[in-house]
Amino acid sequence: MGEYKVKSVGILGAGVMGTGVAQKMAQCHYDVVLVDISNEILQKSLLTIKKNLMLNNMMKLSKFNVEETINKILLTTDCEELRDVDVVIENIPEKVDVKLNLYEKVSKICKQECIFMVNTSCIPISRIANALSFSDKVIGVHFLNPVPAQKISEVIKGNSTSEDTVVLTQEFLKSIDIESTVINDSPGFVTNRLSHLFMNEAANLVMEGIAEPEQIDLIFTKGFHHEMGPLHTADLIGIDTVVDSIDILYSYYHDSRYVCSPCLRKMVEKGELGIKSGKGFFIY
Amino acid sequence: MQIKEKVREFLSRFLRNYNVADDENLFDNKLVNSLFAMQLIVFIEREFEIALTNDDFQLENFQTINSIATLIELKKGSVLGEINNGGQ
Repeated sequence: MGEYKVKSVGILGAGVMGTGVAQKMAQCHYDVVLVDISNEILQKSLLTIKKNLMLNNMMKLSKFNVEETINKILLTTDCEELRDVDVVIENIPEKVDVKLNLYEKVSKICKQECIFMVNTSCIPISRIANALSFSDKVIGVHFLNPVPAQKISEVIKGNSTSEDTVVLTQEFLKSIDIESTVINDSPGFVTNRLSHLFMNEAANLVMEGIAEPEQIDLIFTKGFHHEMGPLHTADLIGIDTVVDSIDILYSYYHDSRYVCSPCLRKMVEKGELGIKSGKGFFIY
Repeated sequence: MQIKEKVREFLSRFLRNYNVADDENLFDNKLVNSLFAMQLIVFIEREFEIALTNDDFQLENFQTINSIATLIELKKGSVLGEINNGGQ
């Protein structure tokens, strides 16, 4: 496995996370195959990456050749394009059945050595890996949003993930300047078991009229020195995605801590999904 | 509403209880960060129905309310020019 060199990366799903992952990989000179079921979403994703790169250059956060970086990314709706990739990073919505169907389909296309990184926010890795025949090559990598700016990811070892897969994953993450820390499998892992409690309860505080969103986030940024408050974070992730994740946490733990705030559900009904829709707890 | 007023209103969401002058440098004075910059770009494109290109992504175009308004006026002018040319 030490000889296994990653040159190309297949990315499934071109939503918020998939877009960030694709940008990060292309920035780090990997060939990227970005797959989605919608051409429109793929084009939107590419435009976002382009803007992010231009913005990075403008803010002097980094210096990228925009066209060269963009050209590293192949957009496609055809999974067959994944036949030569060394690693697959999956970022599709948090629906176990949909994920499993996709893994089964893609595994028949990808080469045998391919590693499958599940970029889920809450679903236990073993829940996915155990249903597949190549479970030793399935590992959780929880990329955090916004991916291009992050320096750490939690890596989740499923109960049948091989040590080779863990080592390769950590080496791969190091190559894209992301530190990793390996934890054991659990719904929501470390990040979301904690962060979604904050977001959910912050939404309840808004609903109960205890505080305005600005006040809640101010307390977190100025008081706890978080770079971003829980409600801005929820807007960034997408309110619909936050609701899905909280529901998944509840389905595993059956604990009232994870009962989704009605405020969040109402926002989804109204189409107030955060930054991606222009309005969430804040207006964008 | 005039361009500057719209930009000022947008900025007020980030700079609560702070009146930013039209020629005040937003970035030098650490009033905003890079996350804000992305939201500013999204706002400009959506609100004024223009598409910013690589050449527009120069910090001096976004440093003050004056420079943001100038950029928007220029871009809107070029959009109108394209429409007029297309119509001939």
